Amino acid sequence: MRWLYLAPVAIFAVVAGYFAVGLTRDPGTLPSALLNKPAPEFALPPLNPDKPGLATADLKGAPVLVNVWASWCVPCRAEHPILIRLAREVPVLGFNYKDKTEDARRFLAELGDPYAKIGTDPTGRAAIDWGVYGVPETFVVDAEGRIRHRHVGPLTDRVVAETIRPLLKSLAR
Amino acid sequence: MKRLLLALLLALAALPASAIRPDEILSDPALETRARHLGKELRCLVCQNQSIDDSEADLARDLRKIVRERLVAGDSDPEIRRFLVARYGDFVRLDPPLRLATAVLWFGPAVMLALGLLGIVLFLRRRPASDVPALDEADRARIERVLAEDDKR
Repeated sequence: MRWLYLAPVAIFAVVAGYFAVGLTRDPGTLPSALLNKPAPEFALPPLNPDKPGLATADLKGAPVLVNVWASWCVPCRAEHPILIRLAREVPVLGFNYKDKTEDARRFLAELGDPYAKIGTDPTGRAAIDWGVYGVPETFVVDAEGRIRHRHVGPLTDRVVAETIRPLLKSLAR
Repeated sequence: MKRLLLALLLALAALPASAIRPDEILSDPALETRARHLGKELRCLVCQNQSIDDSEADLARDLRKIVRERLVAGDSDPEIRRFLVARYGDFVRLDPPLRLATAVLWFGPAVMLALGLLGIVLFLRRRPASDVPALDEADRARIERVLAEDDKR
C-alpha cells in the first residue's frame, strides 16, 4: 500500500490542473453558439444615406469582419483605431447596436469611419439573432457567410496579431 | 421585540423582488405564469449568475420581451428554449441539459461523494480495531479481586 502515500500528490495535481485551466479562462467570454454556422438572416437599414446598410447577402463572396459597436460604448472607442487599421486589410462591416443616429454619426465623424457598410439595429433584435450579449463584439465571417470566430470585448493589437489575422490568412487561401 | 418583528417582516417583503417591470407583464395570467417559469431558468448573459427575471440588464429585459412575444405567438416552452439556445448556447439555460459536455457538471458531485465514502471505508478497514492487548487470566483474576474489595466497602 505504499502507493497510497502518493495520493495527496495526485489529488494536488488534479486540483492544480483544474485551477490552472479554470483561473486562466475568462468566464465572461462565451464561444458563439453560431460558430461554423451560417450567419443569421438579417437586413439592417443604413446609418448614412451615402453608405449601404447591412444584410446577410453582404457577407458572401469574401471573408469580412462584422463589428458590433455603439457610440455610447466606451471600449468601442478604445478599439476604433485598430478597426481603422484593419480596414486596410479586410472589409470591416459595422453593426450599430441600440444607438441614436445622430450620436453614431458624430462618433464616426470624430474618430474616423472604418466601415465599408453600416447597418443600424436600434432595437437590438438582430443582435440577439447573432447571440450578441454586449458591445463591442467582432465576428469573423468566411466567404460562404459562415461565422468562424467571435471576439467579445474590444479588439487589441494582441488579439488581432494572434487570432484575427492568422484566421483571415487561413480563410483567404 | 416589536422592532425585531418589523425587521423580519421587512426582510420578507424584500424577497419577491424581481426586475420585471409592470408594463412587461402579460394580461393573460396563464401565459405570464409560463413566462415567469421560463424567466427563472434562463440566464442573463450580461450578469451571468442571475436569471433574466432577476436582472436589470438591458439584454435581460429584451430577452424577457422576446419570451413573452413568443408565448403570445403560441410557441411552446421547449420551442422558446430552443430559440434562445440556438443563439446563446446551452449556457443560457440555468438548468443545463444532460450531454456529454455537461456530464461532469451533473455527475461530478456524486462521483466526489462516492470517492470520499470509499476513502473512509478503506481508512476504517485498514486501521487495527484496537491497540490494547487482550486480557489474560491473571488480569481477569485481578479485576475480580478489585471489584470484590470495592463491594465490601
